[in-house]
Amino acid sequence: LHSGGSTSRISSQDRLRVISGHLHQRAQDGHAAVSAQECKAEASRANPAKAAPVPKRRHDIMKWNGWGYSDSRFLFNKKGQAEFTGKRYRLSGLILPSLKDWFEGTFGANLQHKSPATPALNVSAVPPPNLNESFVEELKAAGVALSQEPEDRVFRSHGHCLHEIFALREGRISRVPDLVVWPSCHNDVVKIVELACKHNVCLIPYGGGTSVSSALECPPEETRSIVSLDTSQMNRILWIDEKNLTAHVEAGIIGQDLERQLNESGYCTGHEPDSMEFSSLGGWVATRASGMKKNIYGNIEDLVVHIKMVTPRGVIEKSCQGPRMSTGPDIHHFIMGSEGTLGVVTEVTMKIRPVPEYQKYGSIVFPNFQQGVACLREVAKQRCAPASIRLMDNEQFQFGHALKPQVSSIFTSFLDGLKKFYITKFKGFDPHHLCVATLLFEGDREKVLQHEKQVYDIAAKFGGLAAGEDNGQRGYMLTFVIAYLRDLGMDYYVIGESFETSVPWDRVLDLCRNVKERIVRECKERGVQFPPLSTCRVTQTYDAGACVYFYFAFNYRGLSDPIHVYENVEHAAREEILANGGSLSHHHGVGKLRKEWMKEAVSTVGLGMLKSVKEYVDPSNIFGNRNLL
Amino acid sequence: RVYPALRPMTTGIGSSTPNPVLKKRDDFEDVLEERRNSSDLRYALRCYTPALYKGLVPCKASMLKSIVLQSDSLQYVVGQSREAVQEEAALLLEEMAHRLQLGTIRFFAFTLSKAFKALFRGVCVNEEGIQRLQQAIQEHPVVLLPSHRSYMDFLMMSYILYTYDLALPVIAAGMDFISMKFVGEMLRMSGAFFIRRSFGGDKLYWAVFSEYVKTMLRNGYAPIEFFLEGTRSRTGKSLTPKTGLLNIVMEPFFKGEVFDVNLVPVSISYERILEESLYARELLGVPKPKESTSGLLKARRILSEDYGSMHVYFGHPVSIRSLAQGHISRSQHNLLPRHIPQKPTADTQAFVNDTAFRLVRLQEENMVLKPWVLLATLLLQNPDGMDLSTLTEQADWLRRLALAFGAFLDWPDHEPCSKVISSSLALHKNLVCVSGGRVRLVVEELPGAESATEEAGFNRAVSVLSCASYRNQILHLFVRPALIAVAMQTANCSRKDEVFNCFNFLRNVFSNEFILCPGAAVQDFEEACYLLGKCGAVQELQQDLVMSQSGQTTLAFLCSVLDPFLQGYQVVCRYLCEELEENLLENKFVPAVRSFTLQLILSGSLKCYEALSSDLQKNALAALIRLKAVRRVKAGDQVTLKVNKIAVNSLEDTLGKTNVQHINIYLYSSLLNNK
Repeated sequence: LHSGGSTSRISSQDRLRVISGHLHQRAQDGHAAVSAQECKAEASRANPAKAAPVPKRRHDIMKWNGWGYSDSRFLFNKKGQAEFTGKRYRLSGLILPSLKDWFEGTFGANLQHKSPATPALNVSAVPPPNLNESFVEELKAAGVALSQEPEDRVFRSHGHCLHEIFALREGRISRVPDLVVWPSCHNDVVKIVELACKHNVCLIPYGGGTSVSSALECPPEETRSIVSLDTSQMNRILWIDEKNLTAHVEAGIIGQDLERQLNESGYCTGHEPDSMEFSSLGGWVATRASGMKKNIYGNIEDLVVHIKMVTPRGVIEKSCQGPRMSTGPDIHHFIMGSEGTLGVVTEVTMKIRPVPEYQKYGSIVFPNFQQGVACLREVAKQRCAPASIRLMDNEQFQFGHALKPQVSSIFTSFLDGLKKFYITKFKGFDPHHLCVATLLFEGDREKVLQHEKQVYDIAAKFGGLAAGEDNGQRGYMLTFVIAYLRDLGMDYYVIGESFETSVPWDRVLDLCRNVKERIVRECKERGVQFPPLSTCRVTQTYDAGACVYFYFAFNYRGLSDPIHVYENVEHAAREEILANGGSLSHHHGVGKLRKEWMKEAVSTVGLGMLKSVKEYVDPSNIFGNRNLL
Repeated sequence: RVYPALRPMTTGIGSSTPNPVLKKRDDFEDVLEERRNSSDLRYALRCYTPALYKGLVPCKASMLKSIVLQSDSLQYVVGQSREAVQEEAALLLEEMAHRLQLGTIRFFAFTLSKAFKALFRGVCVNEEGIQRLQQAIQEHPVVLLPSHRSYMDFLMMSYILYTYDLALPVIAAGMDFISMKFVGEMLRMSGAFFIRRSFGGDKLYWAVFSEYVKTMLRNGYAPIEFFLEGTRSRTGKSLTPKTGLLNIVMEPFFKGEVFDVNLVPVSISYERILEESLYARELLGVPKPKESTSGLLKARRILSEDYGSMHVYFGHPVSIRSLAQGHISRSQHNLLPRHIPQKPTADTQAFVNDTAFRLVRLQEENMVLKPWVLLATLLLQNPDGMDLSTLTEQADWLRRLALAFGAFLDWPDHEPCSKVISSSLALHKNLVCVSGGRVRLVVEELPGAESATEEAGFNRAVSVLSCASYRNQILHLFVRPALIAVAMQTANCSRKDEVFNCFNFLRNVFSNEFILCPGAAVQDFEEACYLLGKCGAVQELQQDLVMSQSGQTTLAFLCSVLDPFLQGYQVVCRYLCEELEENLLENKFVPAVRSFTLQLILSGSLKCYEALSSDLQKNALAALIRLKAVRRVKAGDQVTLKVNKIAVNSLEDTLGKTNVQHINIYLYSSLLNNK
């Protein structure tokens, strides 16, 4: 268990442990391969002991039809209590006594009514590969690792949209890649892309596989051989430049490995999207990712200094690493957000920072959501946002509460009772309206404490009460376990999804209210028997607006086509977001899920510009995932 | 008083189905019944705990003002650091704002109980409508849209809402009440807020006013009530809706500030209107008496009269969100801060206008019609009076026709027809009398004067227009079929497209006169064809629309329903062609056309007294202006009318071709007797 509270020094590494746990083998392996070497493909392939952090056979350690590691999952034990299995997480091995009541109460679900997933992949249901033999031959000759095993192909045929996971659980397999290839360096990628052009096969880059925009779905209309280009073996930090505070990294590295390896040298990127356990650097670049600590470190577009991408036209990169340039439109912005439609990002130079000396969580209770938003707005106005500041609405606060592990001592539970009494009775907060902001401060100890005071002073003006570090930390935990929780819900007829937007400050409240209500109304109109969970939080603050994140989930018993209902509701919710001045996406991207709104979002001319870039860079549509455009 | 379920209800707005008859209406309950059996005082002092809007932002009336004054949108109009303007805004708001107090409501609950019991036999309310409203109030901000026929209307609304423990509304009222010193303040304290009748381009006034209304709506402060028709209808017909306030209450939805707004049409119908002859005189040019407290007290004698019963029907809440689906793109407001006033786009304007018409039609549909309305219709078509037996017979026939058209008719089924008629006639003894078995209009006799004087003509006109205000209540039911009936006369052939062209032309001419939704000509035509087919008056063939064997009676009746309007419009046209000197001032138009008409009547060449109605004359002028036969030319403060005589003349000719006056309007009765 994570001990000593979060006030301890150098707790960034601790936090990482909280999030990601110890990855197998890695601990024994010791140091990461921080080295300034050229493509060492041969060497690494020759040395199997130096196993990659992400194995090629991902399904050996990860679920093939759900989120995350195979050993980590929520379940209701024989006593009907929820527990989280495995050893990786802070919650692992713990009992969550209130989850069952919350789950049954919120969704009208019942532990007697199970909807279990197909236990194992039925290999015979996987369509045989449609291979381009000469392409495969030349690839083999070039020494690129590849596989046409059904498990490997199915694993790379999807992201983590609800409909994708739901289909897998039911054992339904649609179009999957015909071949998986694992380049181990930039030059491998150059070779693969050349061969793909030569033989006209379709390439779909695959990083962490955490997409929630249907971006990894194989277009069913694609008749060519589809090759999934798995970047996971390009995972080295090639060099660290301490003078300029930059690191040059292969784009297949996943978030937790990047941070851990940099930490070992005393650095970090500070880029921590909620998916950082599994998502890759290349994926971040390709989707314009955002990390929760962007207030200090910036979003991906602020973090990259140099990008190298392999396209059918050749390699695109800038000639120097100047911190800012006036050289026409920034070509990085053609790459960032291109969602795998133009090429494969192979190497990125990123800014790095020394690991912060001190880190502290915090939380604030507000009497209602309006006051909370007003406070966040003021914090943004004064430009004093902590590394992270998030505001959960009442439903989400209660959700978070249901994840409280069993308290070990009577004293703690007594204290909890006392806190609750103080807030609801003494301060007069209505437990059905109050909401919580979670905070994370980082930096010098002195400055953090000063900063903390400043933020709490502002909060007080909006009726906010400091509510302790523990609540704050649990709030952040929720974002890492939510996807595991979705798998639990799906075992009991509950399906759910999350989506996000960004919106100007003056519309935050209206948008949150209207979208939540729209979800409730749409569910009702479509025959959902029990009111859905429809909840949101403000997860990022900017000068001119905020990022809002929604969860919605419902009990689908009695519905003949739950996925259709769910897709309609999500569609309606997105329409509502757009009608209320929200953006099509803040950081999830467009993929194929939100393509239909692209023209409206960026204007016909805007879309035309993007299309003409695609037309120039990839005229044969080698990168044929059909995202975005 | 319990209604039989007359017809199943089509939910939603407007009748997209060509079958408007299939409607079900709720039953009524008399709210006065309990008042007659229990203490009014206890009722006035009882515990009042209405269910409130779930998103209510609690706020006092005084707080409301400061929220409005400090709002971004008002600050935007006031501009930076202009204290004088800010003060002016505060004054405007002071003049406007309501001061709703429960105490005043309780006072009214007590006194109005007394008054209503004296005036009415019953006040019937559909309880299901009340239940729906209660639901709606909790869900989303609610806008109450009652029809407007009497000063009673808004007092009655608040009274009923108080009775049913519903949230009390704030009501947009005309400034005219303010001059009634004490009463104005009383109304203010019972929830009325006052708006100037016209404020032209006064941006500050508009900003204060619209922000005030929108703030109350957004915060769910109270249901907002206003009259779509803008003013009381003096004619018993619904007035062309005004869209200003509707625009304002829809804006928070368009801008995403509320999830939805429920519009609730309310139909208030009176068996006898308190202002009956007052209205007739007003239409004939006797100016409306200025509202004054003493005037109100003088009106006390009305308390001793019998005004029959009244009906208040709360319609189904109409969700703006559902209406706007597919018509309004809310994202059009994404690129401008929402507090900056924006002229509504053409799309929005058309949508609001369309909605306004639909809502007025919903009001019309749920207006309860009394047997007297049928009698008035028949009596007006027989200016020389009718035998009671004929009247009874024809009333029974008309009743069946009206029901076939889907009338919301309150006809006591269990009583014999003759009894229903005699009690109706008795209630309206100031308008009709029965002597020697003949029923005729009561006309105030002038001692020793000839019947051909202006004053005698005027007196007869008062009776006719009073009577017409009841007949007009049923026009919404007949107007579309009647337009077809006239069109079938006018068209030279029975080809459907020819008939439709005539129908469309007439519909266009009369679109200021009746509630005819813009752009719904085809739908109206189909709906009316359906009704006429259903009652066996016409047959729809592949290409043709022909009168059926038994259709003569119905079609003749329908033609004569429109006859006064056809004649009236022709008179206006004739005046403009024949009499008009160059450059008539617009404000001289009504008196001039009135005296022209009166001369025609006195000379015996015109029998249609309804042509004297200033309402008809103004509508005719508006139609002519719309049809570009007359042009308004502004010169300084004055507006003159430029007449295109050729156009007006040809219009008169076309209307003349309808030849309605040559149809034997008694034909249908003889046919009826032959059956």
